[in-house]
Amino acid sequence: MDRVILHSDMNSCYASIELLYHPELRGKPVAVGGDPEARHGIVLAKSGLAKKAGVKTGMALWQAKQVCPDIIFVRPHMDLYLRFSKLAHEIYADYTDLQEPFGIDECWLDVTESCGILGTGEQIAEEIRNRVKHELGVTVSIGVSWNKIFAKLGSDYRKPDAVTVISRENYRNIVFPLPAGDLLFVGRATQRKLYKYGILTIGALAEADPALLRSLFGKAGLILSVFANGNDETPVSMENTEAPIKSIGNSMTTPRDLVNDGDVKIVLYLLSESVAARLRENQFACRVVEVSVRDNGLYSFTRQHKIETPTNITGEIAEEALRIFRADYRWENPIRSIGVRACGLCDPQSPVQLSFFQDENYRERLRRADRATDDVRKRFGYYSVQRGLMYCDPALSHTDAKKDHTIHPHGYMERGNRTGADEKERR
Amino acid sequence: MPIEPGCKVFVSVGATFSKDGILRPAWLEWEDGTRYKIERIKHCERAASLKAGGIGYRYTCLICGQEHFLYYDDADGKWFVERK
Repeated sequence: MDRVILHSDMNSCYASIELLYHPELRGKPVAVGGDPEARHGIVLAKSGLAKKAGVKTGMALWQAKQVCPDIIFVRPHMDLYLRFSKLAHEIYADYTDLQEPFGIDECWLDVTESCGILGTGEQIAEEIRNRVKHELGVTVSIGVSWNKIFAKLGSDYRKPDAVTVISRENYRNIVFPLPAGDLLFVGRATQRKLYKYGILTIGALAEADPALLRSLFGKAGLILSVFANGNDETPVSMENTEAPIKSIGNSMTTPRDLVNDGDVKIVLYLLSESVAARLRENQFACRVVEVSVRDNGLYSFTRQHKIETPTNITGEIAEEALRIFRADYRWENPIRSIGVRACGLCDPQSPVQLSFFQDENYRERLRRADRATDDVRKRFGYYSVQRGLMYCDPALSHTDAKKDHTIHPHGYMERGNRTGADEKERR
Repeated sequence: MPIEPGCKVFVSVGATFSKDGILRPAWLEWEDGTRYKIERIKHCERAASLKAGGIGYRYTCLICGQEHFLYYDDADGKWFVERK
């Protein structure tokens, strides 16, 4: 029997919630954007009217003002959005325990087992749509299908406040005419390549020879073929299950451009403090440190380096990051944003080969200092204890990178490839 | 139709908790200081108020023989009503 999978998507989530709380702004073009003074100045979400005027997510605030002079900017309230997300999940939980969030405002639900009791997938979707509107005052669009990929396409097909059923009977009419770029995993580069071979729609992709797709994209080509034909078997994960952590990273767009090594040192230390604290919190040490840099011409690069002994010591991670940065950045342009990531995670308790050139007693003292800092910060707040370095430029350093860290949508393949593409290849 | 600002009126509320943990408002104090007794609670559910702009538990209350909505926002613990 086919599964019944719903994909629920809150329509322009941030903007809708802001409009709910600000009745006086309804009927005006509104965009939720960061703080223009702190230069986190991009549009995160826009209301229907702003969208009509041509405002796009990701635009700089000044660009949005150009295309839509009447636009009103509202600062984001992340805590509020997280609360709405949680309340929406509580509603979903009345229908299934198989729910998998995709970012803050989207969620897959597997209601196969509930269908006997609660009605068809479409009825359940309608009920959820009505309840969210009534209880939360925002609208969702829901796609119903037998696989996650088509369910997601369904939720994008008609919005806002709508339910789209994509069944085995109608999917050729609904899905196949859509542009190939609408499919999950088909980004700009893939789309361009597909266009070159005359594959413009999902239908054309579905009918394309899997062998050809394989020769073009490797394994990913087979996955695309499976997606386009509706044969994706990836299950909806259980509530509250998280994929194992593979890396821990933090990046920030700084309040002003960084112009010399001194500035970079402050920010790298700030980010390393957050990364190392989170490594310790989750009982990890890392074997690889990675630095990403983006200059004010938006050119960016990433470099990583393996370190001799696994570590979660703040100072060691920061110094390694600084070393990588100094070796690879030539200061052709000032820097706009910078990030530090720890990968190659391992258990800090596992035995390691000691080195003649490292003073283990000193390292143990650093570890104790880090533990003490974590403890003090937990009890008295982040700013209760700081490195002296941070006082060189309070404007740069006055950010708690760890607390400001928020969640991004997880990758579709994060728990591995469960699409069923491999098995088909073997068969 | 333009929506007038200030439709959301926060009010003081006297309420009781039953031993089963059920919260029931007993009276509310309007802006002018008048206290109104809640004669009966007909219904309680989660709902959004588009008019006032907010969400919470919505109590459908009988006050002076008329039905009114009283909202309890469990995030900040405030009670509010919609101005008619």
